[in-house]
Amino acid sequence: MRRDFLIKKITFLLFLVSLVSMGQHHGDAHAQHDTHKTEESDSSLKVEIKEFINHHLQDSHDFGLFSYEDDHGKEHHVGFSLPVILFDSETGLNVFSSSKFHHGATVAENNGSHYKLYHGKIYKTDAQGTITYDDHHHAVNAKPIDFSITKNVVFIFVVGVLMFLIFTRMAKNYKTSVLPKGFGRLLEPIILYVRDDIAIPNIGHKKYKNYMSYLLTVFFFVWIVNLLGLTPVGINVTNNIAVTLSLALITYLLTTFTANKNYWGHIFWMPGVPTPMKILLIPIELLGTIIKPFSLMIRLYANITAGHIVLMSIIGMMFIFKNWIGSPLSFGLAFALSLLELLVAALQAYIFTMLSALYFGSAVEEHGDH
Amino acid sequence: MEGLNYIGAGLIVIGAAVGIGRIGGSAMDAIARQPEASGKIQTAMLIAAALIEGIGFAALFAA
Repeated sequence: MRRDFLIKKITFLLFLVSLVSMGQHHGDAHAQHDTHKTEESDSSLKVEIKEFINHHLQDSHDFGLFSYEDDHGKEHHVGFSLPVILFDSETGLNVFSSSKFHHGATVAENNGSHYKLYHGKIYKTDAQGTITYDDHHHAVNAKPIDFSITKNVVFIFVVGVLMFLIFTRMAKNYKTSVLPKGFGRLLEPIILYVRDDIAIPNIGHKKYKNYMSYLLTVFFFVWIVNLLGLTPVGINVTNNIAVTLSLALITYLLTTFTANKNYWGHIFWMPGVPTPMKILLIPIELLGTIIKPFSLMIRLYANITAGHIVLMSIIGMMFIFKNWIGSPLSFGLAFALSLLELLVAALQAYIFTMLSALYFGSAVEEHGDH
Repeated sequence: MEGLNYIGAGLIVIGAAVGIGRIGGSAMDAIARQPEASGKIQTAMLIAAALIEGIGFAALFAA
């Protein structure tokens, strides 16, 4: 039995090594081919990797799965285009397909006005697509208000539909039996965990039910989005600061509008401290109510962005080293880091939910509770 | 003077790392002393670590 296992392990290792060496040969041939311009290609490779990472972190107007160059040096993009919705103060609403941009190569024309995609943003231009710059190389063209269904928006829709299907099926199942079926068996303990270990200890027995729907939604939304961001399709939504801003904003509004008089009392007239101190504390406490959701926003955004940058840089190192030690090392590191990112994905969802619950708890706290 | 913000960023990371390390160490001590309270200690530890991390990230963005 043990021997069988060992043999399997060894064959697997041999298989892996042969794969690596195949890659190695390919790399060698490539290297010999380009010996005269190694220095130049080295730095251009680094620039390319940097651009690739930046591109990965950005939202985009088309749903690109991958792109490649064929033997004639022509670039091909595989994916599909998405609707572009622009609101222009002169021409009003403009709706057209993002395929008109040809990935930024051409000028899109709609209803007589011209638009060009430049560094992921849409600018209004003339028919030739001229973009004028200021001294700092920033484009100064007029920008229409962009309501486009971008890649991130599509992904949020997909996650929303996915969650709706999973949880409505699970809820229906409880009408016929007390035991969950199928995928619900995996989810029930997690939901109970959110209720018993996040909501009840922080908000209290009396009021926790009002907030459960939001806490569960935000927990599963952030978790699923983070996990799907780690897949090769890898559209990462939570590294868009607008998304985390909206999530934090909902927490802020819920805290503000469900707060009782004790909460406001603690902000505007802190009990138990001398009067001059009370006046001093008002601006600090008011600032505190804004800093709390702000830190929620920054934390989620920064954690996910930092994780993705590090992971992609380590994967990019594979193409810079191209030798026996560096490439397996960067593969191993990337593998280990991916596992860490799985933990971070769950941890960030947990912390976001936990802190939201904490803020709700402070908003509805009664006098006798502490 | 250009590079000073990077030095500042490095100092911030060191500070945040020391802070989170101390929280983790203290939590370990507390769990070793009272294993039955480990759930509560873990929660408190995560919240404190998250708060420090948030400040660290905010400062990094400013740098």
